[in-house]
Amino acid sequence: MSAPVLQVDGLTKMFGGFTALDKVSLHLGRGERLGLIGPNGSGKTTMINCISGALINDEGSILFEGNEIKGLPAYKRACLGIARSFQIPRPFRSMTVLENLCVPLDYAAWDRIGHENIRDQAMEILETIGFADRANELSAGLTQVDLRKLELARAMAGKPTVLVSDEAMAGLSSSEVDEILEILMTLNDRGVAVIMIEHIMRAVMRFCERIVVLDAGHKIAEGTPEEIVENPDVERAYLGE
Amino acid sequence: MFLDLFLNAVVAGILLGGFYAAVALGLSITFGQLDIVNIAHPAFVIVGSYTAYIVNERLGLDPILTGVLFMPVFFVAGMGLYRFYYASFERTGQESLSGLAFFFGVMFIIEVVLILVYGVDYRLVEADYIGKTLHLGIISVPYRMLVPFLVASVMTTGVYLYMSRTFTGRAILAVAQDRLALQLMGADPVKIKQIAMGIAIATTAVAGSLLIVIGPVEPSVGRLYIGRVFAIVILGGMGSIGGTMSAALLIGVVESLIATFYGPSWAPAVGFMILLLTLAFRPQGLFGRI
Amino acid sequence: MKPKIHLFWIGAAAVFAAGLMFTQVADNEFYFFASYVVLQAVIMATAWNILGGFTGYVNFGSAGFFAVGAYTTVALNKAFGLPLPVMIVAAAALSGLLGLAAGYLTLRLKGVYFAISTLAMSIVLETVANNWEYVGGASGAYILTPEDSWFFDSYIELLFMLILTLAIGSAAVARFLSSSRIGQGLAAIRDDEVAAASSGVPTLKLKLISASVMGAMMGVAGAPYPFFVTYVDPVSAFNLLVAVNAIAMPMIGGTATWIGPIIGGLVVGGAQEIITVTISSEMNLLVVGVMLVAFITLAPRGIVGLFQDFRDKKKRRKQ
Repeated sequence: MSAPVLQVDGLTKMFGGFTALDKVSLHLGRGERLGLIGPNGSGKTTMINCISGALINDEGSILFEGNEIKGLPAYKRACLGIARSFQIPRPFRSMTVLENLCVPLDYAAWDRIGHENIRDQAMEILETIGFADRANELSAGLTQVDLRKLELARAMAGKPTVLVSDEAMAGLSSSEVDEILEILMTLNDRGVAVIMIEHIMRAVMRFCERIVVLDAGHKIAEGTPEEIVENPDVERAYLGE
Repeated sequence: MFLDLFLNAVVAGILLGGFYAAVALGLSITFGQLDIVNIAHPAFVIVGSYTAYIVNERLGLDPILTGVLFMPVFFVAGMGLYRFYYASFERTGQESLSGLAFFFGVMFIIEVVLILVYGVDYRLVEADYIGKTLHLGIISVPYRMLVPFLVASVMTTGVYLYMSRTFTGRAILAVAQDRLALQLMGADPVKIKQIAMGIAIATTAVAGSLLIVIGPVEPSVGRLYIGRVFAIVILGGMGSIGGTMSAALLIGVVESLIATFYGPSWAPAVGFMILLLTLAFRPQGLFGRI
Repeated sequence: MKPKIHLFWIGAAAVFAAGLMFTQVADNEFYFFASYVVLQAVIMATAWNILGGFTGYVNFGSAGFFAVGAYTTVALNKAFGLPLPVMIVAAAALSGLLGLAAGYLTLRLKGVYFAISTLAMSIVLETVANNWEYVGGASGAYILTPEDSWFFDSYIELLFMLILTLAIGSAAVARFLSSSRIGQGLAAIRDDEVAAASSGVPTLKLKLISASVMGAMMGVAGAPYPFFVTYVDPVSAFNLLVAVNAIAMPMIGGTATWIGPIIGGLVVGGAQEIITVTISSEMNLLVVGVMLVAFITLAPRGIVGLFQDFRDKKKRRKQ
C-alpha cells in the first residue's frame, strides 16, 4: 500500500479553555474517499480548518505528501494541492462563472498546468458540471444548488490532490444531492482524494470507502460504512445514552 | 515643581479622560457592538456643541442643560440615520466599502454645512462655572473640566446600567452576538439596532455640550477626535463600556502628560498614535473581544 | 487582445498631443492652473482606486501620501536643489514605502481597521509636519519658481504638461494592473478574501503590492505640488478636499475599472473648478460630499455602472 497523501497525527486544537480536538489522528490514502462524520460540535469543521490552513493546530502534525504543512498559510496549501469547498458558498460575486474558475487555475494550479489556454481549461471543468452554456453568467445570480456546484468546480480548478467537501449537500433535495454526488465521483475518478463532511447519511454511505467518526473532539470509530453503522459507540454518540 | 506639574497633569488627564469616555460612548455602541463604522460620530458631537452654542447665545440657557434637553431630537436623528444606512447598505450586504464611504461623506457634509453657516471662527459658551477653579492644595481643578467630568460619568454610568439591566439594553448586546437567537426571542433586530443608534447619537448631544464647555469649538475639531474615539473603543475592547471608560482615562492621562511636558502641539497625535500601535500590536484591545 | 493595447496608446498619444497644442493655443494662464488641479485629482483618484476599487480596502488618509510627496520635494529642494524628475522618483519611493509600512501593520486585519488607521496615519504625519522646522513647521515654506521653462512660454505650461504625462502614466499602470494576473488576484481578494486564499491567491503579498503602488502614485501626484503653489504649509498639503476627492471621484466614476476614476476625476474636478469660479470654494466641499453620498446610495457602480446599465437595457430592447 502506498503512503497516504494526507497524514494527521495527534492533532490538538483549543479555543481558550475549550478543547475542540484532542489528539485526533487520521490518514487519507491517494484517491481515497473518506467520510468525516459526527454530531454537531464534534470538531469536524475545526479539523478541516486545520488541514486547509484557516486555523493553526496547537499540537500534532499534518503531513501532506510526506511534508509537514503546519505553519503554511492557507494559500500555500492550496498551491500544494489541498482544496476545500465552503459550507456556505463563497463565489467571487463580481465575476462570471468562467472567471471564477480562472482564479484557482491562475493561482493554486499555476505550477501544475500549462499557461497558454486558461479559459479553455476552465471551460473543460465547466463541462463536467454541466455549466458549459452558462460560462458568462454572473456568479452572483446563481441558485443555491448551482452555487454549490460552482464551489466544487472552483475547487477542482485548483487541480488538487485532496479535496475537502464541507457539507456540500446540506439543505438540498434528493435529486440535487445525487447531482452533487455525481460531481464528486467524477472528481474522484480523476484521482482526487476526497474528505467528505456530511450529515446526509445516504450520501455518506454511498460515496465513502472509509469513515472516521468524531465526537466531542475525539475519534471514536473508524471503518467501512457497514462497520460504522453497526458500531454501538457511534449510535450512542448520535442518539445519546 | 515637577511633582506639581505631574500631579496637575494627571488630574487634568483623568478629568479629560472621563469626558472622552462620554464622547466615545456612542461609538462603543455603534462600532464596538454593532460593527457600524460611524466615522461621522465626532461630527455629530460637534453638532451637539453648536446646538449648545446657539441656545446659549440666544436664550442664555446653560449649555449642558441644552445638551440634555436635545437628547430626544438627536435620538430620533440617530434612528433615522440607522434606517437609511440599513436600507441602503446593510440589507444588501455592502457594508464594508460603501458603508464606510457613506459615513465619511456624512461627516464631511456636516462639517462643510457648519463652515458655510457659521464660518471657521471658534465659538464658545458662557456659564457661571466656566472660569472658576477649585484649589485642592497644589492641585488646581478648573470647573469647566470638573463639571463635564461629573456629567460624563453620570451619563456613562446611566448608559451602562441601561445596557446591562433593561430588556432593550440587553437585546442590543444580544443582537451584536447572535442575531438569530434574538429573533427567536421575539425581538426585531432591525428595531433594536435602530434604538441602539438612536441612543448613540443622543449621547453626542450631551457630549457636544460638554466639549464646548471645556473649550472653544470650530467645525474641524471633530476630525481631531476621530483618532481618539476609535482608539478608545478599540483599545477598550470593542463594546465593553467598562473597557471604554478605562481606555478613555488612559488616553486622557497620556495626552495630558505629553501636552504638559512636550507641548500641546503634539497632543492631537497622541490618540492617533495609540490607535496605530493598538491596531498593529494588540487589535483585540486591553480587554479584548475580537 | 492586440488591437486593444494599441487603442489605449493611440488615445494616450492623442491626449498628449492635444495638451501640447493647448499650450500653444491658449491665451489665459488660468486654464492651465485649473487643468493642473483636475489632472492632479485624476492621478489621486486612479491611485486610490487601486487599493480601494480593485482590492476593496478603503484609504482615508490619501492626504498623507500626497503630502509626503510634496514635503519630499520641499526637503530635497532645500537640501540639494535636485531637478524635478529626480524628486518625483524620490517622492514615489518614500510614499510607496509608507504605503507598504502602513499596509504591513494593518492589512492583516479587517478592512475597517485598515481604513481607520490610514486616517490616523494622516493626522500623525500632519502633526509631525507641523512640528518639523526644517520644512517650515506650521508656518510653511516657500519654493521659488525655476527660471527655466524649457520650450514653453511659462512655467505653468511646463507643469501642466508634466502632470498630464504623469496622469497618462498612472492610467497606464492602473490599466496594466487591472488586466493582469495580479489584478485578477486583487479582484478575488475584494470579492471574498477567504475564498481567494483557498484558491491559492497570496492575499497579504498582493495587498501590500496594491498599497505600495497606491502610495507611490499618490506621492508622485504630490511631488510637483510645491512648484505649483510656491508656498506649502501643512494645512494646504494635508488638504481635506484632496482626501475627499480621492475617495469621491472613483466612487462617482465607478470603482470596477481603471477608467472610472478618470471619468469621475474629470467630471467632479471640472465641476469643482466651475463652482469655485462662479460660487465659492467652500461650496465645492459641500457639492462633492453630497455627490459622494448620493452616488453611493443611488448608483453604487458609479457613472461607468450607469453607462453599462444603459447599454444593457438597449441590448435587451433590441432582442
